[in-house]
Amino acid sequence: MEFSEHIKTANVEDVVLRRPFYQPTKGTLCVTGHHLIFSNRGGDSARPFLLLLRNIDAIEKSVENLPSVSSGTITLKCKDLCVLQLDIPGMEECLNIASSIESLSSLETVSEMYPFFYRPPFLSLQDQWGLSSTEQHYAQMKEIHDGWRVSQVNRDYSVSPSYPPAVIVPHSIDDETLVKAARFRQGGRFPVLCYYHRETGTVIMRSSQPLSGANRKRCREDELLLQAVIDGSELGYIIDTRSSQQAQQARMTGGGFESKSCYRGWKRLHRQLEKGKVLQESLIKLVEACGDQSHSVDRWLSKLENSKWLSHVQTALSTAGLVAECVERDGHSVLVHGSEGTDTSLLVSSLAQLILDPDSRTLAGFLGLLEREWVQAGHPFQQRCAHSAYSHVRLRHEAPVFVLLLDCVWQLARQFPLAMGFSEPLLLRLAKEVYASDYGTFLCNSDQERCVTGVKERTHCLFQSLLRANERQHYSNPLYERTELAIWPSIQPPSLQWTCAFSPIQWPFDMC
Amino acid sequence: MALHVYFCVSPCIVFVHHVRSEQVRMLDRFSNKSTSGTLHLTATHLIFVESNAAVTTAAQEIWILHHHIASVEKLSLTTNGCPLVIQCRNFRVVHFVVQKERDCHDIYSSLLRLLRPVSYEELYAFSYNPKQNDQQREEGWQLIDLGAEFERMGVPCDQWQLTDVNRDYKICDTYPRDLYVPITASKPIIVGSSKFRSKGRFPVLTYFYQEKKAAVCRCSQPLSGFSARCLEDESMLQAISKANHNSRFVYVMDTRPKLNAMANRAAGKGYENEDNYSNIRFQFVGIENIHVMRSSLQKLLEVVGSRSLSASDYLLGLESSGWLRHVKAVVDAAICLTKAVTVEGASVLVHCSDGWDRTAQVCSLGALLMDPYYRTIKGFMVLIEKDWISFGHKFADRCDQLDGDPKEVSPVFTQFLDCVWQLTEQFPQAFEFSEWLLLQIHEHVHSCQYGNLLANNQRQREELQLKDRTHSLWAFLLSEQQNYVNPAYCPGHAETHPVLEPSTLPCHFKFWRNMYLQFDRSMHPRQSILKNVLTLKENNRQLEDTVKELEARLKEHGISPPTLVPQAPYRGHRCFPTRPHSLILVAPLSQKEAQQRQEEEEEEEEEEVGEEATECCIDTERTVEGSSGTERKESYGDLQETYGAKAEPAVVSLEFGVARMTC
Repeated sequence: MEFSEHIKTANVEDVVLRRPFYQPTKGTLCVTGHHLIFSNRGGDSARPFLLLLRNIDAIEKSVENLPSVSSGTITLKCKDLCVLQLDIPGMEECLNIASSIESLSSLETVSEMYPFFYRPPFLSLQDQWGLSSTEQHYAQMKEIHDGWRVSQVNRDYSVSPSYPPAVIVPHSIDDETLVKAARFRQGGRFPVLCYYHRETGTVIMRSSQPLSGANRKRCREDELLLQAVIDGSELGYIIDTRSSQQAQQARMTGGGFESKSCYRGWKRLHRQLEKGKVLQESLIKLVEACGDQSHSVDRWLSKLENSKWLSHVQTALSTAGLVAECVERDGHSVLVHGSEGTDTSLLVSSLAQLILDPDSRTLAGFLGLLEREWVQAGHPFQQRCAHSAYSHVRLRHEAPVFVLLLDCVWQLARQFPLAMGFSEPLLLRLAKEVYASDYGTFLCNSDQERCVTGVKERTHCLFQSLLRANERQHYSNPLYERTELAIWPSIQPPSLQWTCAFSPIQWPFDMC
Repeated sequence: MALHVYFCVSPCIVFVHHVRSEQVRMLDRFSNKSTSGTLHLTATHLIFVESNAAVTTAAQEIWILHHHIASVEKLSLTTNGCPLVIQCRNFRVVHFVVQKERDCHDIYSSLLRLLRPVSYEELYAFSYNPKQNDQQREEGWQLIDLGAEFERMGVPCDQWQLTDVNRDYKICDTYPRDLYVPITASKPIIVGSSKFRSKGRFPVLTYFYQEKKAAVCRCSQPLSGFSARCLEDESMLQAISKANHNSRFVYVMDTRPKLNAMANRAAGKGYENEDNYSNIRFQFVGIENIHVMRSSLQKLLEVVGSRSLSASDYLLGLESSGWLRHVKAVVDAAICLTKAVTVEGASVLVHCSDGWDRTAQVCSLGALLMDPYYRTIKGFMVLIEKDWISFGHKFADRCDQLDGDPKEVSPVFTQFLDCVWQLTEQFPQAFEFSEWLLLQIHEHVHSCQYGNLLANNQRQREELQLKDRTHSLWAFLLSEQQNYVNPAYCPGHAETHPVLEPSTLPCHFKFWRNMYLQFDRSMHPRQSILKNVLTLKENNRQLEDTVKELEARLKEHGISPPTLVPQAPYRGHRCFPTRPHSLILVAPLSQKEAQQRQEEEEEEEEEEVGEEATECCIDTERTVEGSSGTERKESYGDLQETYGAKAEPAVVSLEFGVARMTC
């Protein structure tokens, strides 16, 4: 673990930094293990400009080597969509800097990442990592104690590697049944509770797809588990985030869906949500559209359409609305799953909770929701957010599912500007932090990995930091007025808005 | 509801026979919801009164002014009754189903008769009486004074003077009487130039940028054909150039696309030849003509009005309508004008064909960018009075006020308001007014309720004696200007940003939902920041008053008031300031109607998440039945007052395509 191996030139003088909204400035550039530091010699009061190397998505360099001039230019395209340019005197220095950035920004070892070195004075490593645990969350919900229990069946992550150690399941289902049901679900992600609706007593559950396979295997325990959820009620809904064709096809590869004959009382609805590569490409096209320099409205609209981003937003919101409607209006429990149960299922279940649950719309409540439904529930952040929209690297597991969630939340907040306790800057901050962060919250792909790599002991939690008094003020919505009602969004396209947040050159609307 | 209520509203109703039809259903155009009620037709309004409203809440009413109705269409008979679709100029679309076909026909034919006034005297403004005496009316008309406005700009001055050539509308009957020209432009030059310009609209001053003594002038196209020239016209431009010492040349901005301007040459019109005019820089800007704009908006409305619109279809529709492109073209032209004047200090002459559509748009928008005064409520009225009303934008023709040539109708003014809205979105602190003012002005351009925006030019207005026979819109708007205040307005913004430099990135040009879908409540945010902040401000003001009062009383008792610890403001919902009746403005009402309306104000709550193009699951397990959006007794924050509980109409809606098991 020697960062210095990668650093060929640590310091360069007389570098010109160009970035949006700022005058070009001359100063000293310094490369460290985790940062690019640019300090302006003249400006004594100005703080040095700090850029996490992890934030760099793509790097472009051009050099000029003539007898009279030897210089180079490095363009840094960041994962937070900011684009910077460095003019460096001296070709060799330029190439050295570029290669250092390239190798340091693509380091994959989790324990070498900056969060393991970040030690802010206002946080202590002794504190509990994270806002709440499953047990604490359960303890707060007195109303579910009759029908539901916390199961530690996954305490050693053997039942489901991507689940947290503790999950909430129906009281009547014992751990043995859970273990068997888990074997019937991809990645062991058996149905668990994510939201309990007080008024109707119904719940939202999530899981991964059942492994029924081509020959329609059954699992008695899995059926029992779902039966226990709708115990007494005659109906429950399974919202499958794939089209029914996709679900059918999944059987060929060992996956599948809950057939009606085996799961009495459960009705399946299919709603296709894109994920993976399709979503990543959508983001890439969107960012490209935002950066289009032609200043033509027609081109912009056609590129925006072509990116399909708004369609994804619309589908996500409408599926979440569907889930919420089943629970609140029809009074039936819902199970959400796609295939792995780590992407679109989380998107839908968390949006549905925002629609229904006033507690999840406060600043702390929203961060708690993200912690439960994304961090603990095992959204593979490290894989999904390895690269953003500029990278030329061949895509593997990247997908901006979390960014899509933030956009959907933003749409909700635009339609209900008083109902959310948090503000737009919080969403922008999260979008930035998820790709590159001082904090350990979004490191790794699952709770298990976080334990193994020591994230919980050796890094700080972003959410805790965001809830400190002065940060809290910055990220609160000054107009917030709690409403106990569900906030039903309109998903008509004219009600959706495009945000310029995806633009590399966001216009500084007069902010004084 | 008793009919006589409407008779007291306006006495003129008495002489019109009254049509009334019960058991009418009004359908929401984006969902399957409907409301049943009674339809009344009076001399001025079509009124829909909801029946079977819940006991606790007043019935919903919709008032549609006849002048607002653009078209009435009777669709073929269905099992439920006879459908009647009414499209309004303020973009309201209502869909009634009248149970009895004869009733429907009666309403239809009566509306057709009422729809097309042929003389100005039939317009609402001549019968509208807001209970003001003549003196108040007169004072209302004096609120906006263009002479004072030119003085504010610093005109007349050593280079510009007021000319009386058009005192009797002899030189140009579509211009106002008072015109400002360079001092070196003699009467023969003016007369000669006016003969060389289409409709006699010779170059005159419309805005004077005092800081650089640069002028914005406007005119119509020259009658140059392929080779004609006019020495007086050339001298006129020379005079404009000489009046500005900052720049050696004058920009001539032809706001048309080059091709259109060239085509005009064949008809003996055209554009200035740079070789003939010394010291001009000629430039085309490329804003399309009124016909293109008309069909563009038409397409836009078709797109956003379609049911089950997908996001892709919406964006493609926005693109193919071209509306945002046209809006941007106008803003671009205004930016170009502003740069020439404020940065280069050059004078600019703007024209299009006749100089009353695109020219009005560009000149007024440019002035809005250059001069913070026009970004105040009163200043904006002055701007419209100057660049649109006095310089002869043909409101009557463009807004279809009288039964006329449909080819003359065009949303040029609407487009201008759209451009202004785009600017208010980009500069939320720069404008004293909120979008409510823009919507209200748009409402009244078509309502024909006030005299200001009637007819095509000042001469016609004088002939109609509008100032004696009608009321001024500006007086009305100023009397309730607290409704139009933008709470984010920061007067200091004008000092730091006297000239606005808007972004021309295409993603900053947005579809103005509150204009084009203003009556489709289900499309709108359910909570309004604007309304909320206004309420908070009003509450704050009231509380401060109370504090002062209490302190005064303490003093009376000889006790010195304790120092106050600031507390969270009271957030009661019952203390709304007087404000437009709904988030989106309702149809214009007379005072009495307004009172009545206030008591009965009630809006249907919308709770749907929108229509769903259901992704049907093909296997037999699908469970898709209808689910009706249940109405609720409470609602969100500030909409609590306008949204009320209501029995759900017995209609099945297909929200989310989910089964509604309980009925």
